Amino acid sequence: MKAATLNKFLSIFLLPVLNILTAFIFTTLLFLVIGIDPWEAAKILVQGAFGYEEGIGYTLYYTTNFIFTGLAVAIAFHAGLFNIGGEGQAYIGGLGVSLVALGLGSFLPPIFLLPLAILAAAAFGAAWAAIPAYLQAYRGSHIVITTIMFNFLAASLMVYLLVNVFSEAGQGMPASRAFPDSASLWTWQAFMAQFGIEFAASPLNISIILALICCVAVWVFLWKTRWGYELRTVGANPEAAIYAGINPKRIIMLAMLISGALAGFVAVNELLGVQHRLVLGFNTGYGFAGIAVALMGRNHPIGVMLAALLFGALYQGGAELAFEIPSVTRDVVVVIQGLIILFSGALEFMYRAPLQRWLLSFAREA
Amino acid sequence: MQDAWVWLILSLDATLRVSTPLIFAALAGLFSERSGIVDIGLEGKMLVGAFAAATVASVSGSVWLGLLMAIVASVGFALLHGFACITHRGNQVVSGVAINILASGLTMVLGLAWFHQGGSTPALTNDQRFTSIDLPFAQQLADVPGIGLLYSELLSGHNILVYIAFALVPVSWWVLYRTRFGLRLRAVGENPKAVDTAGISVAGLRYRAVMIAGVLCGFAGAYLATAQNAQFIRDMTAGQGFMALAALIFAKWRPWPILFACLLFGFLDAVAVRLQGVTLPGIGLVPVQLIEALPYLLTVILLAGFIGKANPPKAVGLPYVKER
Repeated sequence: MKAATLNKFLSIFLLPVLNILTAFIFTTLLFLVIGIDPWEAAKILVQGAFGYEEGIGYTLYYTTNFIFTGLAVAIAFHAGLFNIGGEGQAYIGGLGVSLVALGLGSFLPPIFLLPLAILAAAAFGAAWAAIPAYLQAYRGSHIVITTIMFNFLAASLMVYLLVNVFSEAGQGMPASRAFPDSASLWTWQAFMAQFGIEFAASPLNISIILALICCVAVWVFLWKTRWGYELRTVGANPEAAIYAGINPKRIIMLAMLISGALAGFVAVNELLGVQHRLVLGFNTGYGFAGIAVALMGRNHPIGVMLAALLFGALYQGGAELAFEIPSVTRDVVVVIQGLIILFSGALEFMYRAPLQRWLLSFAREA
Repeated sequence: MQDAWVWLILSLDATLRVSTPLIFAALAGLFSERSGIVDIGLEGKMLVGAFAAATVASVSGSVWLGLLMAIVASVGFALLHGFACITHRGNQVVSGVAINILASGLTMVLGLAWFHQGGSTPALTNDQRFTSIDLPFAQQLADVPGIGLLYSELLSGHNILVYIAFALVPVSWWVLYRTRFGLRLRAVGENPKAVDTAGISVAGLRYRAVMIAGVLCGFAGAYLATAQNAQFIRDMTAGQGFMALAALIFAKWRPWPILFACLLFGFLDAVAVRLQGVTLPGIGLVPVQLIEALPYLLTVILLAGFIGKANPPKAVGLPYVKER
């Protein structure tokens, strides 16, 4: 085999598998520390995630969110940017959805209303990403810090709006009034019923189709268009990009606008698909999980899809685990998420360098 | 007038209490980032510190042992950060994110498994926590007009960690600007190659810096769980690590301005709590969320170069690669 083929095999197969294995070994240790049979826990987890139709529905519903935020982080990574702000962009995307659904919902038919609400999610998410992008491109402030700050700003803004503008009197939790019926997406159950197929009731809705379309669109954009090429060039080597006549500032804006729009789509799945009203903290955790998904998926749409499925299964299986074993919480999944970010992100070189040497020694012998 | 004075003193008193963990954490970030290691993981280190402090204090009954374990736990996470960023030259931001998420998950899982209280630790009794210390004559001077209240309320009656935090500001300044170690630490954050050429280990210095950050975050965590509160509650740091990071940047990576930034952010927080639901003449109902968001807003504006210019250490975030 050639060195290049070996290298590819290493980064798209061997390393991700090793990283997940390492994360799982540490999770096993954690289970042993808290006195739970890891094998038993794994069985409950897999059974909960894939064992029955409703479980599968939940798994894929979580997967949908992870695809959106995973792609959001991935596309920014390709431009050499680290978007930690998915959390806030998803939240503000929810503001866009709610404004359209509550403002126009009473007189627009679903055929106009739903696309408009989806566009609003993208536009609001993109707008929230645009400010840090502008500050990075034109004022030189670091995107990591500004996107973190914008997460907190989004949270404050949304709490303010929910409490003072959207909230209905007499509700315990700050939440808006329910969206009109015209603003709700088909559940997967209803969608499959159109074809005469029965599917158990679950939060899974047709947003997952949007997520898959986004995967394809991101792939086409990155590898088959001129803008995508320019974006990857800036990410690989900004100075070379300038010599090639590419304006990195415009690329930063472009990458972050797309990234923010993708993160904003979380609101489509959550609000149009499931909650049918604006609720406090519907975005919680998805933005950060997107980092793990992108890192594990090697920033490729197919990888992101697979990693999102893994996380969806962990989320749903984790919920089942917490239900079956009272001394465990679903936060075990948060630990796994952290371990995956650690091993496939921060410690990616730990395995890579020795493995590369080892594989290359084979290539030389052959 | 008297009312306003009392209100101000009480607000400032609350400010000191809220600022303390920010000062510890921001100084932690200062040592780490001046050595060239970005520290997004302040939040996570504080959280494991808080968890370790509350757990050990409640099990052993000794608050000092709690503090010690908080430092050990936090330094452990700091070493993990160092291992990823210094030894393996990993992405420092990614490593910080991993540490935050790991800390959040681990404390919740272990807390529930060990104490079965929904992720909290048992409430600590007063002898298991840091309680307030009365400075000499605080009671006697309380009634002296003007300065009496100032002394008895504002300066006296805090726990030992508050005084330690404020004392650490000049200490940090002295270490960074008046010792050989401090000079080298600042140099390694600006130009590691020069330090390397002088025959000093870049990795060694950076490891020491992240360990100092670990110790300080341990203090911050112990303060949250065993001084300000009397137990660990899940995700109790609630963004204070990021607030400290904002203060660090707002202070342009310098010790004395860090004190003022932390006090300013602490004051905004204290005022926001006191103004909840208050209607001011001319303004109407005070938008508390706006006051709470101000630290982040100010930091963004500063970073954008609209108030002065924030120049981070030159080599911050860049792994050091020795020429082969």
